[in-house]
Amino acid sequence: MRIVARRLGLYLLTAWVAVTANFILPRLMPGNPVQTLIGKITSQVTPAEIRAIRLSFGMGFKQGIIAQYFTYLGQLFHGNLGVSITLGSPVSSILRESVPWTIGLIGISTIISFALGTLAGALLGWTRGSRFDSMIPTATFFQAVPYFFLGTVMLLVFGSNLHWFPVLGAYSQSATPGWNWTFIASVLRYGELPVISIVLSSVAGWMLGMRNMMITMIGEDFVLMAVAKGLPRRKVIAHAARNAVLPSIANLSLAIGLVVSGALLVELVFNYPGVGDLLLQAVLNEDYPLIQGIFLVITLTVLAANLIADVVYLVLDPRTRSEAAV
Amino acid sequence: MRGLALPRSPKVILGLGILGFFIVLTVVGPWLAPYNPSSTAFTALLTPSSHHWLGTTSLGQDIFSQLLVGARATMVVALVAGLVATLLSMTIGISAGYLGGVPDDGLTLLSNVFLAIPGVPLLIVIDSYLPVNSRSNEFVIGLIISLTGWAWGARVLRAQTMSLRNRDFVEAARIIGESRRRIMFSEIAPNLLPVLASSLLFTVLYSIGAYVTLAYIGLTSTATWNWGTMLYWAQANNAPLSNEWYWFVPPGICIALVGTGLALVNFGIDEFINPRLRAAGLTARQRRQLGLARRPRLGVTPVLRTASSRQPTGVVAK
Repeated sequence: MRIVARRLGLYLLTAWVAVTANFILPRLMPGNPVQTLIGKITSQVTPAEIRAIRLSFGMGFKQGIIAQYFTYLGQLFHGNLGVSITLGSPVSSILRESVPWTIGLIGISTIISFALGTLAGALLGWTRGSRFDSMIPTATFFQAVPYFFLGTVMLLVFGSNLHWFPVLGAYSQSATPGWNWTFIASVLRYGELPVISIVLSSVAGWMLGMRNMMITMIGEDFVLMAVAKGLPRRKVIAHAARNAVLPSIANLSLAIGLVVSGALLVELVFNYPGVGDLLLQAVLNEDYPLIQGIFLVITLTVLAANLIADVVYLVLDPRTRSEAAV
Repeated sequence: MRGLALPRSPKVILGLGILGFFIVLTVVGPWLAPYNPSSTAFTALLTPSSHHWLGTTSLGQDIFSQLLVGARATMVVALVAGLVATLLSMTIGISAGYLGGVPDDGLTLLSNVFLAIPGVPLLIVIDSYLPVNSRSNEFVIGLIISLTGWAWGARVLRAQTMSLRNRDFVEAARIIGESRRRIMFSEIAPNLLPVLASSLLFTVLYSIGAYVTLAYIGLTSTATWNWGTMLYWAQANNAPLSNEWYWFVPPGICIALVGTGLALVNFGIDEFINPRLRAAGLTARQRRQLGLARRPRLGVTPVLRTASSRQPTGVVAK
């Protein structure tokens, strides 16, 4: 329990750092961005919008910087992330539409890729020194390919040339969003190619890490013991793999951030309606309130995922639960 | 102190070869480029030919020249970011591990916070606030990337330092009255060389990815050539959907190859640090030459006594 509390404390602190960076960065910016931004808005600008923009840049306040900071924190607690400059609606309601897509896409891909990579890594580690080792440079290559580039190539080859998968978007135009079967089937069908490309780019990392741990683990006495007492090979592998997977899970919380960073861009390639796509639009339009809102949501989600990974690790490895290990 | 004698496995040789090629390209690339990469003098959207090895863009620029010129900016940013991040992680990691106590708690907390914040979204936020002229400056971008990339190395170095701080040679240095800074950076740091090297390669790998990502979404200057801006222009002109593979595939392959080279060399360093991996990294023929069993045996770690002199003297069981 103490460990969970400590990790929770760390993530709360991290969240605070992210929130504070969001507050400080716009104020460090040179020039007067407000006028540039107001100039960009093509529609009628209401005084409320101008006020919102000025507030998000820390202008138009009669109060000092400390008081501004607390006002900002108070706004955040009420879920008020400001108003998007280009879209004109509150950032929080824009995010409510796109966040589920991203969590679905990246969550499912990460689970598949972790499971596949760990399994393949365990087998590669067991058969070390055999001809399967020649897979390693190939796997490394896939690990080094930028996610978005692999996505682009997949889109080109399997989407627009071979027509194996539907391209662009998250569901077919003919399906009406809602809990009906056609819509769900269409979402799954459109999700296939993005999921495959994220899995392909991220699976090698898990695989290589697991292979190295497995090789280290095979040298341990308990594996020799398992062989000596005549356990079937499958059981011995499972035995070693169960122990070798622990560092992978311990690293899961670190890797999530990297995977999310890469996978966000896959959304751009596939025009997937998640936060990655939204982020690109926001960056192109210099829609700062939206950029900041997206950054906060991504960070908080990654932190929550980290916490879950830590709890899973704690449940799986009894050693970390004993007070002595703290 | 042992030197960093990398195991001569085919993986490492392949990796060093790839890296060597791209380092040469970084230096001579801009001179080799047949045309000015920004010149729009040619017919637009030519397919690859003997005049334009990789065809031309929709503005009539020579893609092969862009690829050659772009190598420099990409590699320079990656190298600057990698070096600065490694310096940061060395300073922070070794200080935390050696000093212990309150400084350790503070520095560990700092690196944990930086590890938990997703790097690329943070980079995008910082970069979107930069004035445009700083965005095109490779050194500024490299510095920002290093800010988000040092934490992992610091964590590994801290753990390694803690395992060294009570060794006799450190104790001896302390007794003869060497300063703390000298102990940390002249006594301990050289012993962390493999870990430092591995951390450098890892950060360079991360930096290439981060830089290309920033360029791809248009957050670096789109007028300076690097492999990310090439992808940006290709995407902006719908090259992937119009089958102009020669526009966007070459820069992507180059990025992936540099990454592969870095990762393969890193394998060699891993094998150097962990002898069990070293034996596992041998090919069947090398095993035969060294007199090892064809299949690695369970519970036995073959110790390759003479990894550098290539004169096997024997295999020692664990």
